[in-house]
Amino acid sequence: MNRNNDLKSIVIRLAGDSGDGIQLMGSQFAVSTALAGADFATFPDYPAEIRAPLGTTFGVSAYQINLGSGPITTPGDAPEVLVAFNPAALKVSLPMLDKGALVVVNNDTFTARNLTKAGYDSDPREDGTLNDYQIVAADISHLNLESVKEFGLSKSEGGRCKNFYALGMLLWMFDRELPPVEAWIKRRMAGKPTMRDANIKALHSGHAFAETAELSANLSQINLPPADMEPGDYRSITGAEALALGLAAAAELADRSIMFCSYPITPASPLLHQLTRLAEMGVGTFQAEDEIAAICAAIGASYGGMIGVTSSSGPGIALKTEAMGLAVSAELPLVIVNWQRGGPSTGLPTKTEQSDLYQAVYGRNGDTPIPVLSASTSGECFEMAIEATRIALRHMTPVILLADGYLSNAAEPWRIPDMSGFEPIVSNPVPNTDDSPQRRAFTRDPASLGRAWVTPGMPGLMHRIGGLEKDIDSGHISYDPANHQRMTDLRAAKIDAVAEFIDDQAIEHGPDSGDLVVVGWGSTYGPVYQATRKTGVSFIHLRHLNPLPKNLGELLGRFEKVLVPEMNNGQLTTLLRANLCVEPVSFNKVTGQPFLIRELVDKIESLRGEAS
Amino acid sequence: MSDKLTAKDFATSQEVRWCPGCGDYAILKAVQKALADGGADPANTAFVSGIGCASRFPYYVETYGFHTIHGRAPAIATGLKLANPELDVWVVTGDGDSLSIGGNHVLHALRRNVGLKVLLFNNEIYGLTKGQYSPTSRIGTKSPSSPKGSVDTPISPGQFAMGCGAHFFARGVDTDKVGMSDVLQQAHAFVGTSFVEIFQNCIVYNEDVFADFTERKTAANTQLHLKHGEPMLFGENNSKGIRFNQATWSLEVIDATESVDDVLVHDEGNAIVARLLIDLHLPVAMGVIYRQPAVSFEDAFYAHHPSRMERKKSITDFIKGPSSWTVD
Repeated sequence: MNRNNDLKSIVIRLAGDSGDGIQLMGSQFAVSTALAGADFATFPDYPAEIRAPLGTTFGVSAYQINLGSGPITTPGDAPEVLVAFNPAALKVSLPMLDKGALVVVNNDTFTARNLTKAGYDSDPREDGTLNDYQIVAADISHLNLESVKEFGLSKSEGGRCKNFYALGMLLWMFDRELPPVEAWIKRRMAGKPTMRDANIKALHSGHAFAETAELSANLSQINLPPADMEPGDYRSITGAEALALGLAAAAELADRSIMFCSYPITPASPLLHQLTRLAEMGVGTFQAEDEIAAICAAIGASYGGMIGVTSSSGPGIALKTEAMGLAVSAELPLVIVNWQRGGPSTGLPTKTEQSDLYQAVYGRNGDTPIPVLSASTSGECFEMAIEATRIALRHMTPVILLADGYLSNAAEPWRIPDMSGFEPIVSNPVPNTDDSPQRRAFTRDPASLGRAWVTPGMPGLMHRIGGLEKDIDSGHISYDPANHQRMTDLRAAKIDAVAEFIDDQAIEHGPDSGDLVVVGWGSTYGPVYQATRKTGVSFIHLRHLNPLPKNLGELLGRFEKVLVPEMNNGQLTTLLRANLCVEPVSFNKVTGQPFLIRELVDKIESLRGEAS
Repeated sequence: MSDKLTAKDFATSQEVRWCPGCGDYAILKAVQKALADGGADPANTAFVSGIGCASRFPYYVETYGFHTIHGRAPAIATGLKLANPELDVWVVTGDGDSLSIGGNHVLHALRRNVGLKVLLFNNEIYGLTKGQYSPTSRIGTKSPSSPKGSVDTPISPGQFAMGCGAHFFARGVDTDKVGMSDVLQQAHAFVGTSFVEIFQNCIVYNEDVFADFTERKTAANTQLHLKHGEPMLFGENNSKGIRFNQATWSLEVIDATESVDDVLVHDEGNAIVARLLIDLHLPVAMGVIYRQPAVSFEDAFYAHHPSRMERKKSITDFIKGPSSWTVD
């Protein structure tokens, strides 16, 4: 590329039909990037339809990756390289680009029919639409088919290799190695030797095509320096992978098995898929008949002495709420993961949002408090899964862990932690007293207020639990008015006690007092991190949302203004106002897309302008 | 367990709170006796229930017990059985709990053949919510929610179970000690989901709804007690029998005083005859109507699990993923 060859980072967007293999191409590019030592963040952005109608704008599937020397914490605001497999992909992506960006288009798809479907009245390659960009127009479909001709594939089979042809081009542009991708193709297509060989051939042909510059001189190699990262072993990881590993690690730390019970739903299903691969760590997966059965089976597993875990997205979580109340009443440990997506109702299944915070903190009948945590990055899903399990077992309570659709699929480099740094997870022992089994089952640890975990099969400890109110001392059913007040107070105190076990809230960066602090939670971490670094503003990021860290009120009180950017209509703002009597400035974005850094920078600067 | 336990050992200190005269008392006694007779270990036995009069059952049995939420007992019991397949897990439910709000979970427990003993107390009415018609109420049932009579077609628990792919379906009458004892023993011994419909008399909201076949005086003529491999005989001195009418594909009553040659011999594994027996009215079929052994869900789950839920590998074996790199 002739404009600058020594960039610190670059944003690339791949876009095409949902059947073009864009997600596969993107994730393989991310892996090869990781192996080359670059920092990166990815953003798979795909439609809800599996194979949306060809050539349409709503059927466009995209994969954005930001890579470079870092620290990279977002998939990037504006792509500097766009690979558009068809006119619709160009139409959808072009508004995101800054002038001067490099646009690679597949000539073969720019037919009159496809142009009409994309809503173009004339060919954008010829009517001046692309004047402000560097264009590389290649006959990718045609060249790819030529390259795999020798395998005697049908036209559609041969066509399916074109994502690897284009990937070959990209790998040359960024000086990435072919062998890791080749190895992946060999593993994945081991049972289909012809397709395997054809895809490898397409990969090499695309690479050679870019190198021998059969097209314009615009396409010269871009060299990115490796990232300046902390020493250690690294791997590429998505939120779903990290959360699965975190749950399995938690099971090992607790020396229990995990029984993961769920019902398929977008974007939560990748966690189910990942956990099936960890079976040999004592992980069981049960695909239940519905969301309610999923949480109920998890509760049953916890009752039986395994760590019950369920996962879903907002609509499925809504169905689980009655059972959450049961787990609160029966005081059984349970981890509930919510991969949030756009709502209400079915909403935007494949787009991200963080609008289930009210649901997590407040969304149950009765006074039914549950600890709520959130993960900030894909890698952090690992630690938060361990933390959620630890709280569940210590306090004998369900715990909600909020993640979101973006984290589920987004990949980043992750420093592999040393497991010896994690404390074992312990549950409360069964008291060795002469009390009745019923009373012994409800004997509490004085600090956590968690009860003993007595499970069927233990001799001499037969007792009854359930959703009816129980006597605070004996554990038997009780409708006594004063007792219900005491039990309600106890359940609240138990969740409040979680705050005694968590670290004080720290400041990510910036001064510890001043005119402005930005408070984030969940996956807005990436863009808020960058925006606050750029503007030199203080940044606080929350992982514990219920209860809040004990020092948070005092900490926020040191700042004149508190800015809360959220991908919802102001839910954390409400929570902070209600709990800490602060009056934050809400900055909301509910488009199904993550925040851009520049949107946050603009907001921060306008707030500072008001202050001065 | 050195000393043999008696039915009394399975009673708890809790005061039983059903209406005086409720059929549930007789069922409770029968279950406590069946547990004792079957040599059940209280520590290894768990009763899971949903919501409704029947679902108070676990409070009165001296084993582990979990009184859960409306309709969900089979799902919770499935998780429990997966976590600990060695447990003897019983589900106690009513017609509203199991066939209305919880119908989906019964369906899936049955098709999976999870090792649960499901006792359905069918009284054709909602008791605990004060007398509304239920999914098994007959058309025309007058109730607070259907003052002019219900209009919905009732569901047949037996036909539902067969449609779900049940492997064990049996029936009993709450007050029939002998019949209940036999049915409960067989249900207990079955590997997989045993689904037992118990005709239970709600003396407050639906009294005597089954009287046409449960009256002791006439029971010999109105009930057909099935035994595998034996001819289907009933009536005083087994004077009547059941014959398959090949012209109409239905069951009919014939005189069996002279000969039993035409009388059907009960074959528990015959699903077609089971479906005809379920619909038979006067006599009403009792005992084990259908039994078709199959692998249980928990056995299949563990057999297919690569390490039978043991921790054979550590997090350190997986955490690096397919490829990793080192930054110095």
